[in-house]
Amino acid sequence: MTEAATVEARPARRASRITPVSVFLWALRIAILAIILYGSYLSISSGRLSAAQWRDLFVFGISTGSMYALIALGYTMVYGVLRFINFAHGEVFMVGGMMAFYVANALAVTPLWISSPALSLLIVMVAAMFTSTAVAVIVERIAYRPLRGAPRLIPLITSIGASFTIQYLVRGLVGPATTSFPRMEPLRGTFEFGGFVILKTQLLVIVAALVMMGGLYLFVEKTRTGKSMRAVAEDPETAALMGINVDRTIVNVFAIGGAMAGVAGGLWGLVFPSINFFSGFLPGIKAFTSAVLGGIGNIVGAMLGGVSLGIFESVGPSLVLAGYEIPAFSQLKDVVAYAALVLVLIFRPTGILGERLAEERT
Amino acid sequence: MKMKRGLKLLALVGVLSLVIAACGGGEGGDTSTTASEAETTTSAAGEETTTSAAGETTTAPAEGLGTIEVAAGEPIKIASLQSISGDTASLGTDQVRAIEIAIADKGEILGHPVELAFNEDDGCSSEGGQTGSTRIIADPQVVAVIGTSCSGAGVPASNVITSAGRVLISGSNTSPVLTSDLAGNASAEYHDGYFRTAHNDAIQGAAAAKFVFEELGLTQVATINDGDPYTQGLTGAFEAPFEALGGTIVESTAVTADQTDMRPVLTEIAAAGAELIFFPIFQPAGDFIAEQALEVAGLEETVLMGADGLLSDTYVTLPQTEEMYFSGPQTPTTDAYAEFVTKYTEAYGEAPIQSFHAHSYDATNMVFNAIETASTDDGGTLTIDLQAFRDALNEMTYEGLTGSLSCDDFGDCASPNIDIVQNTAETADIEGVRGNVLISYSREDLGL
Repeated sequence: MTEAATVEARPARRASRITPVSVFLWALRIAILAIILYGSYLSISSGRLSAAQWRDLFVFGISTGSMYALIALGYTMVYGVLRFINFAHGEVFMVGGMMAFYVANALAVTPLWISSPALSLLIVMVAAMFTSTAVAVIVERIAYRPLRGAPRLIPLITSIGASFTIQYLVRGLVGPATTSFPRMEPLRGTFEFGGFVILKTQLLVIVAALVMMGGLYLFVEKTRTGKSMRAVAEDPETAALMGINVDRTIVNVFAIGGAMAGVAGGLWGLVFPSINFFSGFLPGIKAFTSAVLGGIGNIVGAMLGGVSLGIFESVGPSLVLAGYEIPAFSQLKDVVAYAALVLVLIFRPTGILGERLAEERT
Repeated sequence: MKMKRGLKLLALVGVLSLVIAACGGGEGGDTSTTASEAETTTSAAGEETTTSAAGETTTAPAEGLGTIEVAAGEPIKIASLQSISGDTASLGTDQVRAIEIAIADKGEILGHPVELAFNEDDGCSSEGGQTGSTRIIADPQVVAVIGTSCSGAGVPASNVITSAGRVLISGSNTSPVLTSDLAGNASAEYHDGYFRTAHNDAIQGAAAAKFVFEELGLTQVATINDGDPYTQGLTGAFEAPFEALGGTIVESTAVTADQTDMRPVLTEIAAAGAELIFFPIFQPAGDFIAEQALEVAGLEETVLMGADGLLSDTYVTLPQTEEMYFSGPQTPTTDAYAEFVTKYTEAYGEAPIQSFHAHSYDATNMVFNAIETASTDDGGTLTIDLQAFRDALNEMTYEGLTGSLSCDDFGDCASPNIDIVQNTAETADIEGVRGNVLISYSREDLGL
């Protein structure tokens, strides 16, 4: 009797799962895929761009994307431990870029810039890293720590305030004008290996981002500090009971996020050599998008999300929009980026790799 | 709870009246007669505001545009609405300085000092133009506004300021959309009461096209705009005459003003086989295009050309802009201009940083002259008739730093020459670049 009931109940339950909403969602998914594939087919078959140009678009995307990924790490790590989005992180990135600009400009008039560019570059990067780290830690101390027990919405709003404060402090300090980085001659031109041509700056960006992200991954997985971060992300109260200094761990998280953003700021200056006080806004938003795309709270997800977003943005307009002969499609780059976010979330609501959260705390 | 509902109602009424004030048009009235008894209290309150606001605005046109009275000893107020922050800060700051010099030079108008009552930021955006102009017209004493820096800000500002009866006169709006196509057809955004001393881009576009086709001998051109009325207007004004001359526009594309990665769009342009890229946009997007064009495969030989929006000291001193061509307004060579530059340099510690200071200086002086014509003095109290003020500007022929200015039916006052200049290794700064004139076109040369 009971067996029969369960047998009957099963198909019934299955049938009840197919709601009009899920039918609609599947239809939407299929329609979107069809639109993307047909657009790509039209675009590729038109032969407008050569294979080398398609490859270049991919490489451009990867290099911009690796910078998004570096910034996204800060968003995702802070979200992992504190469960709020630190909107001031874009400004932490901008401050790093600003410092890189000033140090680079100061070095550019010295013989060191010509005689040992690698050392100068290292100095620039370290300066950017330290500045961003310092700013991130100060913001945490002033704006977030006093709100530790408060509902999550409150530090979120505070972070928006912190973002404006930093922006306009920088505007007050250095003025509103756009300033440009000095050129680094050894980084100009292209690098070739086995018929594969890549701009030197882009190669540097990709390699540096990989090194930083690899280092971060090892740090979080292998060291004691990393372990305490993971513990606090899992459950801060229990972590505290285990003798972990939660406040210090949170400072570490901000410091590491800041350092990554600082490096991204310096690299950004090499690839896009102009900066002003507002430069952090758009990359910040893009990096936040990357973090969500990859699955917020997930470090590997942020890296993957950043690179994917960079590629979508770079290749998407030429691949999909150009196929439908949309005029001035390059202007729709941001539309493509955010549409990609929506699409990925339609298919995988928790992002590419999924949120990594302790279930009860969400 | 009751208190709350009352507050909500109050807020709603407040918002409605703001909306109506902002729309500010003369029409209305018709809809308000449909107020029905069955309405709830909220919408009835809304209707009430509609009628009262409509009643106020409809009385104004009956008496012309009204008058502004300046009591004895009080200053005559004018306002500035320029881009003074952000990437285009140099464009606006340059003109604010020119306005300040013009005020200092003038001293007094009929015994009244002149006060620059507002120094608003147009943000080089339509939002900035809307906010700034709304703030300015809230002061009923402001006679005229010198601005905006950017055509994008000029579109809403022209509407807001002219419908409040005041005058907007710009030294650097160049988009054809604000006045006319120079063939006698008013543009969509032209409003009576708008004037400008800068050139119409119909002229600049034609000059740039003629230069590229005839002097450089290039026929395959790509254009990039950023969606702003200035850049869109200018690329449009370039494309039509260029194709009429026999050239081909291989790609007419757009970027966004805050875009940094131009490589995808440049890759498309390389694929289209452009010999020259004409990108009359602003900084910093212009920086990135010039920089990244050097790196994209297939663009090594492609010539770059910008326009007056990029003719600033911060742009031409960038290493990647060397060899670039620019179109822009002719630099005056008169003694009066040299004298102005001396004053400018003394007051601000640097030579003029952009190309439109002389235009704003002239615009300010035209306003002063028109105020003198349009006002009546009654024992120290000055009455400025706003309609007469507009008429005076329309009828005036003013000999300014930028040449002889007399306004046509659609507010274009300049009869400009366009210089084509080149940034070379020898031109150290903006002064050098503007002095390195390759060719100069007058309106007659272009058949406009």
